[in-house]
Amino acid sequence: MSLITASHFDAGDDFYEALIAAHHGLEPAQSHAFNARLILLLANHIGRQDVLLEALSAAARALPAPSTEALTPGSASPRGQA
Amino acid sequence: MSEVDYQRVVYPYRRGPDQDAHARGQLACHPVAVVGAGPVGLTAAIDLALQGVPVVLLNDDGRLSVGSRALCFSKRTLEILDRLGCGQRLVDKGVSWNVGRVFFRDEQVYRFDLLAESGHQRPAFVNLQQYYVEGFLVERALELPLIDLRWHHRVTGLEQHGDGVTLSIDTPEGPYALRADHVVACDGSRSTLRRLIGQESHGRTFKDRFLIADVRMNAPFPAERWFWFDPPFHPGQSVLLHRQPDGVWRIDFQLGWDADPALEKQPARILPRVRTLMREASIAAGGDGQVPDIELVWASVYTFACMRMDSFRHGRLLFAGDAAHGVSPFGARGANSGIQDADNLAWKLAAVVQGRAPDALLDRYAREREMAADENILNSTRSTDFITPKSEVSRLFRDATLTLARDFDFARRLVNSGRLSVPTTAYGAVATDAPIHLEGRDDWLLRQMRPGRFTALIFDAPPSADRGQRASVGPEWGLGVLEGSPMPRGEPAPGLAQWTVPVLVHIDDALDPQGLVRTRYNAEPGLVVLLRPDQHVCARLHRPTAADIEAAMRRALGRDVVLEEVSACP
Repeated sequence: MSLITASHFDAGDDFYEALIAAHHGLEPAQSHAFNARLILLLANHIGRQDVLLEALSAAARALPAPSTEALTPGSASPRGQA
Repeated sequence: MSEVDYQRVVYPYRRGPDQDAHARGQLACHPVAVVGAGPVGLTAAIDLALQGVPVVLLNDDGRLSVGSRALCFSKRTLEILDRLGCGQRLVDKGVSWNVGRVFFRDEQVYRFDLLAESGHQRPAFVNLQQYYVEGFLVERALELPLIDLRWHHRVTGLEQHGDGVTLSIDTPEGPYALRADHVVACDGSRSTLRRLIGQESHGRTFKDRFLIADVRMNAPFPAERWFWFDPPFHPGQSVLLHRQPDGVWRIDFQLGWDADPALEKQPARILPRVRTLMREASIAAGGDGQVPDIELVWASVYTFACMRMDSFRHGRLLFAGDAAHGVSPFGARGANSGIQDADNLAWKLAAVVQGRAPDALLDRYAREREMAADENILNSTRSTDFITPKSEVSRLFRDATLTLARDFDFARRLVNSGRLSVPTTAYGAVATDAPIHLEGRDDWLLRQMRPGRFTALIFDAPPSADRGQRASVGPEWGLGVLEGSPMPRGEPAPGLAQWTVPVLVHIDDALDPQGLVRTRYNAEPGLVVLLRPDQHVCARLHRPTAADIEAAMRRALGRDVVLEEVSACP
């Protein structure tokens, strides 16, 4: 399994709103600490080292890693960035 | 019973026949010289002597370790020293412990048990001042006539030949030289022998200082390892508390890189730190915050590096312990890994010296223990990075992990206050011990092994009535797999050299009434597990013949490649 880079959220806009709201009223240091806890919780949930390393690398490049799914002939074309 | 004061004892210098030979212009020759009578050199010398190899053991002075130093001796070390005949003394004198607690700021985040499973003879760790361990090993060495232990014999020079090493040695009576076919360098982190051949350890030095304070006090804490991250009594730093014998406690304070070592070693600086800690720790343990009378026994300010030599073998010169590698103290991987080096080397060197194995087996020592050193260095470096974060973001994730650890199991497993020493499995797992029943009494599996011998654990050999199914090992060696036999181990028939035959341990209902041996080895009937003399598993064979087992022994001895060069065992 590789990092899922196509949208995978049940409700992406709802999550995004909840994420921003969770930081509401936090000082920058508190926000950083919150993010660190969140990353650790999510990383443990994912668990798989290959997927986590792909995510680290994707975040470092600020671009999604190439998805093997997307390259499979006959599969739906990758979703646009818009 | 009067007890030797191991902290003050000075062993005397003695003149030996090698010096008389030197005076006559002759060079004495020995099969093996071990340099350094610390825990590693003593272990190597005793193990070699028990396998029939004469050893000259050289030490530059007559003292044992100054200060408690290594302190935490692991279950694996106890098993090795059991094999050498002195594990029980460590357990009797030491403080056994299995439980650790981790605190973050002012609260406990979790507690762990390193040996939650029952059915083990030895605890996860015994805390014991290094000088006791060395003293007990010295007394064991002195029982063995094959060990020539020379105090105040300091190696000053070294010359390697194709077939041996000449050592120049200084003594209170002046210099002499001796020649050894092999030299084992166990002379510590500032190894003279390493310097004499122009080698260095490479790795990472940590910019941090730590204070060890050994204090005597009557404190009501249990025998546990307590570790604080960022406690209120020592903000921003870490603190580690260990109990030692004789009413002494080890406290390890992280000081930071800017601390002044000379200043921090002064009792006037140390005692207030300890009193503050004791007040907090007493409250944490449910006490009233009373501070007992405290006497400072020993203090040291140290830095450390994680590093190793590129190769542990240089011709006839073999490096072990701190001479070969260094780790941070978190995880107790220094002395314990050094003793495992000696454990790995001794049976191989004995086999080479006695012509039972090719010289290439010593390369395997180096390769195996280099892998182990890499694993120890990796673990101790990660612990150090967690304990002393080197950047803001590193501290952010460290503190996030500790915060989550209060509530979540996954985070507890990420908390790294030292990954405590366990033997590597990089070249085969160490045989797991288990309780057994033998000749009407309770005993332990690992105790059935014999010095320098391979051991075959034979699981549930079918009864002889079932000849077609029967494991065939045994009859070829004159041992027989006796029906319903309680005979748990065998010695070879007359005329067979015992080196060529493993000790046979038949695991059946009589020997293993609890079934723990079979569970721990995941054994099916007919399985044979072959253990090397250092108790590492080197083969798992299903219903093997004696020839299969002999082939596995040959591989472990490095004889599979160069069999024709090796003469048959005498």
